[in-house]
Amino acid sequence: MSTDKKVQELKKRREEVQQGGGEKAIQKQVAMGKLTARERIIKLLDEGSFNEYDMFVEHEARDFGMDRKKLHGDGVITGTGAIGGRPVCIYAQDFTVAGGSLGFMHARKITKIMDHSLKMRMPLIGINDSGGARIQEGVNSLAGYGEIFFRNTLASGVIPQISVILGPCAGGAVYSPALTDFVFVVDNISKMFITGPEVIKTVLGEDISMEELGGARVHSEITGNAHFFAESEDECFDQIKSLLSYLPWSNTDVPAMKEVLEPLEDYNISEIVPTDKRQPYDVRNVIRAVTDGSDFFEIQESWAANMVIGFGTMNGRTVGFVANQPLVLAGVLDVDSSCKAGRFIRYCDAFNIPIITLVDLPGYLPGVDQEHAGVIRHGAKVLYAYSEATVPKITVIIRKAYGGGYIAMNSRHLRADFVLAWPDAEVAVMGPEGAANIIFRKEIATAEDPDKMRAQKVQEYKEKFANPYVAAAKGYIDSVIEPWETRKSLLHALDVSGGKSVGMPLKKHGIPPF
Amino acid sequence: MSNKEKSSKKSSSSEPRLESLEIGSALYTTRLTTKFKNRQIWKKPDEKRIVAVIPGNIQKIMAKEGDEVSAGTPLLILEAMKMRNEILSPVNGVVLKIHVSEGEMVSKSHLIIEMG
Repeated sequence: MSTDKKVQELKKRREEVQQGGGEKAIQKQVAMGKLTARERIIKLLDEGSFNEYDMFVEHEARDFGMDRKKLHGDGVITGTGAIGGRPVCIYAQDFTVAGGSLGFMHARKITKIMDHSLKMRMPLIGINDSGGARIQEGVNSLAGYGEIFFRNTLASGVIPQISVILGPCAGGAVYSPALTDFVFVVDNISKMFITGPEVIKTVLGEDISMEELGGARVHSEITGNAHFFAESEDECFDQIKSLLSYLPWSNTDVPAMKEVLEPLEDYNISEIVPTDKRQPYDVRNVIRAVTDGSDFFEIQESWAANMVIGFGTMNGRTVGFVANQPLVLAGVLDVDSSCKAGRFIRYCDAFNIPIITLVDLPGYLPGVDQEHAGVIRHGAKVLYAYSEATVPKITVIIRKAYGGGYIAMNSRHLRADFVLAWPDAEVAVMGPEGAANIIFRKEIATAEDPDKMRAQKVQEYKEKFANPYVAAAKGYIDSVIEPWETRKSLLHALDVSGGKSVGMPLKKHGIPPF
Repeated sequence: MSNKEKSSKKSSSSEPRLESLEIGSALYTTRLTTKFKNRQIWKKPDEKRIVAVIPGNIQKIMAKEGDEVSAGTPLLILEAMKMRNEILSPVNGVVLKIHVSEGEMVSKSHLIIEMG
């Protein structure tokens, strides 16, 4: 039996560790507008569910006076808890303890909880707030990073991995988030970069602030490294909880069922899309017009906005949506939107989430910058991801599906299970204007009134090809439906795909164009 | 959903205007992204205008204005990323104008020498 004295000692030791880096360091953390690591964990997890591991771990470094330094928890808090009543693994780097620097034992605490999450098949949430490698520990701290990256890769596609950037995350440290599924950032708090402003200034003479180089907005709008942007840590935690509500806990689990609701009446699907194919609309409203309760949880809202991706529910079950967005850049495919869609399709496929694709695109974005940025290589990601995906794949062609864009957007030829089209849909090698210019070049050039002739030929082409029936006649489109029938048809398609089973050739892995 | 409310709140503050984008001979009404507007417009490189391919420090200038040089002649040394890069003349010709002096820091794409 424990004596009172020993219990007192345990209490004292716990209290000590829970102080993190001490009052002064905590005040500094607060002054930076940040919560402490422990507060973050408590706020994110279900009340009272946190169970801390490895509280009494100590570093073993001896050089540079480290032998006299005691670092509580070695600068990271790890453990298990629950979100929405389901178990999760979590770690949070503690910036108040030696700047959250990553030493060998710090890393070992992280890899231990990672191993646990993989073994027990539950999501892993990593809260990053660290100055980087603990230089006093030399190559041992680099070894720590490597061990983390290896486990991120091992767990990829098995359990959901979430990275939350709530402070600096610089140098090699950025690669753990980059290897995980979803990255959350908060305005003015998150900073991610490989080389910081100081180095860039001395070496290259470029003068840039941390925020401009790798702040939350930069990664949400320009680089695409972040998936969710929040104004505050509290908003960020709500986003994480929402995201998890759509996800299965592993690749052999199914997402929790949600309440089945009809779409809201605010979204009248017959009135969202203009008939003129050159006029924009917000494709997210079409998604909201078909999902349960008009629910749509968008991912990477501000990056490559010409492609919309996210989760919704249909009959209580999670579905992934991939949609061209005519409101932005006319909904073209380009380098960024291809990367965005390709990765999301693979995510859905890895976690058995059916994919619904909404098509309305004029083709690929023309331009030297696109060609030289490798739009061929990046564009191929969409083809690869759709072709490889074995989850139920349903396509709705809303208006335009031209050329390579038609093939790429989950066409029958990439093994879509169901291809539906609205009566206004145009499936053709190119739009009527471009096609008429090529097919009737001579007639237009030699006509007395070339503009009139061009208009006439465009009309001729439109009548002949600009409809869904040419493709439907060949069985490339399964049904032509009225817009209001969309939800009903999608629910039916999902219903009859529950037992989908397709084989792929035996291989170690493919060579996707990444 | 809070997501929806947030996006409508955000967009009302700075609703981007609709512009035109030509794809396949058709003009589409749509929003243009900042990234698209800021894209580098391609220009045929003029090999007679030597520009800094990397930001750095002009450590030494060997060429003088009026020198007749052949392609491959070292003109100056640009120190960048701790490397001394010899900048060679890309053409046979005359050094028309040197736009930098020794010790000067230059940014990327800064015009260094014009050849004739």
